[in-house]
Amino acid sequence: MTAIAMPAPDKAVLARRQEILKALQAIVPGEGVIHDEREMRAYETDALTAYRQLPLIVVLPETVEQVSKVLKYCHDNDVKVVPRGAGTSLSGGALPLGDGVLLSMMKFNRVLDIDYSNRAVVVQPGVTNLGITRAVEHEGFYYAPDPSSQIACSIGGNIAENSGGVHCLKYGLTTNNVLGLEMVLVTGEVIRLGGKHLDSEGYDLLALMTGSEGLLGVVTEVTVRILQKPETARALLIGFPTSEDGGRCVADIIAAGIIPGGMEMMDKPAIHAAEDFVNAGYPRDVEALLIVELDGPEGEVDYLIDRVEEIARANQASHIRISESEEERMTFWAGRKAAFPAVGRISPDYLCMDGTIPRRELPKVLARMRDLSGKHGLGVANVFHAGDGNLHPLILYDANKPGELEAAEAFGADILRLCVEVGGVLTGEHGVGIEKRDLMTDMFTDADLKQQQRVKCAFDPKQLLNPGKVFPVLHRCAELGKMHVHKGKLPFPDIPRF
Amino acid sequence: MDATFKPGNAQEVEEAVKWAAAETQPLEIIGQGSKRPFGRPVQAAHVLDLSGVTGIESYEPAELVLTARAGTSIAVLEKLVEENGQELSFEPMDFGPLFGEEPGRGTIGGVLAANLSGPRRIKAGAARDHVLGLEAVSGRGELFKSGGRVVKNVTGYDLPRTLCGSFGTLAVTTTVTLKVNPRPETSATLVLTGLDDQEGIQVLCDAMGSSAEVSGAAHLPEWIDDNRSRTVLRLEGFKSSVDYRMKALQQRLGSYGASYQLEEAGSKELWDGIRNLAPFAGRRTPVWRISVAPTAGPQLVARLKSSIELDAFYDWSGGLVWLTCTDGDIHQARIRAAVDAVGGGHATLVRADSSVRSDSAVFHPQSAPLAALSRRLKEQFDPKGILNPGRMVSGV
Repeated sequence: MTAIAMPAPDKAVLARRQEILKALQAIVPGEGVIHDEREMRAYETDALTAYRQLPLIVVLPETVEQVSKVLKYCHDNDVKVVPRGAGTSLSGGALPLGDGVLLSMMKFNRVLDIDYSNRAVVVQPGVTNLGITRAVEHEGFYYAPDPSSQIACSIGGNIAENSGGVHCLKYGLTTNNVLGLEMVLVTGEVIRLGGKHLDSEGYDLLALMTGSEGLLGVVTEVTVRILQKPETARALLIGFPTSEDGGRCVADIIAAGIIPGGMEMMDKPAIHAAEDFVNAGYPRDVEALLIVELDGPEGEVDYLIDRVEEIARANQASHIRISESEEERMTFWAGRKAAFPAVGRISPDYLCMDGTIPRRELPKVLARMRDLSGKHGLGVANVFHAGDGNLHPLILYDANKPGELEAAEAFGADILRLCVEVGGVLTGEHGVGIEKRDLMTDMFTDADLKQQQRVKCAFDPKQLLNPGKVFPVLHRCAELGKMHVHKGKLPFPDIPRF
Repeated sequence: MDATFKPGNAQEVEEAVKWAAAETQPLEIIGQGSKRPFGRPVQAAHVLDLSGVTGIESYEPAELVLTARAGTSIAVLEKLVEENGQELSFEPMDFGPLFGEEPGRGTIGGVLAANLSGPRRIKAGAARDHVLGLEAVSGRGELFKSGGRVVKNVTGYDLPRTLCGSFGTLAVTTTVTLKVNPRPETSATLVLTGLDDQEGIQVLCDAMGSSAEVSGAAHLPEWIDDNRSRTVLRLEGFKSSVDYRMKALQQRLGSYGASYQLEEAGSKELWDGIRNLAPFAGRRTPVWRISVAPTAGPQLVARLKSSIELDAFYDWSGGLVWLTCTDGDIHQARIRAAVDAVGGGHATLVRADSSVRSDSAVFHPQSAPLAALSRRLKEQFDPKGILNPGRMVSGV
């Protein structure tokens, strides 16, 4: 049994399954509606594979009109809807509901407009993250956010999760690179936000939608900013005898006014796992390994490589290599990019966590994590987006051993609480989903969470879109709307008034 | 009973708003009042003055993060980060000169409430892109926080960015956490002269699509200076890098005609002028701020020139058109129609008499479903409609 409970399915909705199926088939013809149990299996989980649930029905619309009609039908008939992109969420954001329609957007897979002069690309939400870059790279352009699942994850899913990647310290997250959206509200209404122009004429709903985890609306079109590829990129591979040295080196690089394109750190267990797997030439006798990538014009990159090397030497680096060719740079990255599968090789299962901490707290957090590892009896390997403090502890466990998944989840929860305790947050880029839902109260007060849920009420007062995700307690909108005010005389005699 | 409340901390803000909510007493939310002439005039009996909610809560340059109370003067903040070799990369603009008032006024809360960004917005992002977290008091009189004090965070809805540009109509922000960046070692500007609007914007878009990492791209038509247009491109960074990219840019754009370079001091003076709308200072005519796709900028202006007397210049690679109607009329319908005709965007009436702003849609009107959604969002934050009523939309 797993620890995270989903809302109990509504028996009345389950009883109406045939009627709902018929209605959806009338909107989306042919193979666009899947109801056979065997075929629906493909949709029972996302990348948080410990949790599985068959949906009520799967629907794959092909037009905005169909999306609108499906949502309107579900809204009018009180049927829950779980939107899904490529299904690569690590937090269970696309986990189906037994009494809910799973709305897959993967037939929306076309690139609609490439506008180099305005550096904008308009795509449908099912286009993969890498697919955008593929469409423009022959002209030297690319789309900057690069989550590690970029070959598979969809841009619609990136919007839902506000995805990051190794380059986001310099180039920003999804939210900083999206210019516009077309979306369908749960009522079926279609609205457009932004476009090829900048900023908003009213409330910044583009910011609100980005990272809303499928709870506010269904995206049907996305406009993103593309950038010219940097002229060149080079990397340094730097080993340190202690994580403190590594942490100080990162702080000194930033203090020198340098924002690297990527800055990744690995701890000893992760270094060893990666080196055993891909032989990237990583030193085994260091406690922390740092990859610093500098990109930009050649003259600048060469200059900064020297600066970073000086800073590394001043911080007791025991091992420094500098890439002299594109091939060598790729080798430096090979181990880091293979870190997850490498850990998968040394452990039957692993849980990938995603907290963010202020960088200065890294040595403390790593030390506390070692204690927690002892307490829970499970190993942990760490990869770390060092530039922005985003930590990915990989907790090693064996799902076939009774109790280990629960122990891994408890270990993970302790790590995330630790992140919050030192001034950080529960999730840097993977989203809350179901995975971190019940930890939200460790970071937010009741008032904080209620105001967030009121935002949901403006979009989806019946709470039919992706319920059971993000928020630990579902409050009805009518209850959230009540105001408890005490009439009376001015209660603030101390405030100066004029 | 008209009153001005001047709280000194978040708890006092909360108390004041709680009272106003209980009594359904509308409040006009102000900081130093520097942007009071921007937006629709607020109909409120009372003023909630945040200029006393000041101070830096934490600033750690090595973390690139700064937390300040909303009433902190923007000038104080910019000086502090400058002393630490850093900057607010969104380059907040100063409306003082435009409104004929003292320069250098305004608070960080006000800058974010209006989502004000300068020329560097095209490279570094808007004010909203630099907000990491906040504490605010909703129109319900409840203090809440959202976001965090780290750069990478997707825990919950992104309310800090959503509140940017909401002109104090959703909540009263009391504390903000910002991302700061290293200050570039130097800057320089390439100036191409004699290009018409169309050619100028073409040059800007070409340069923005290069790997030169341009951090300012504006076109100043000939009416501004010397009867000779200037198309200007700013480069910032380490000295060796700026020199290298300047050469590359000159080579790339050489065929467009005459050019010269401005070194750091000249470059700074030029961009300060663009940032703070120097070409419109000292005049009283209505000013529009229009955001369209960059290539649509000159199309928009050409279209309007056939029916309106106007002076305009372009920032953001052509996508931000600053325009003044020289006959004194605001020409609201014509301007909005032209925006729609060139592919969409938005036009905001930034400077006009109070009575004119009262009677106009200062912000670009939205489609019916979007306007309804915005109204529902307002109700969820401020069910009694007591925060800056009418500031953005009449009756909301």
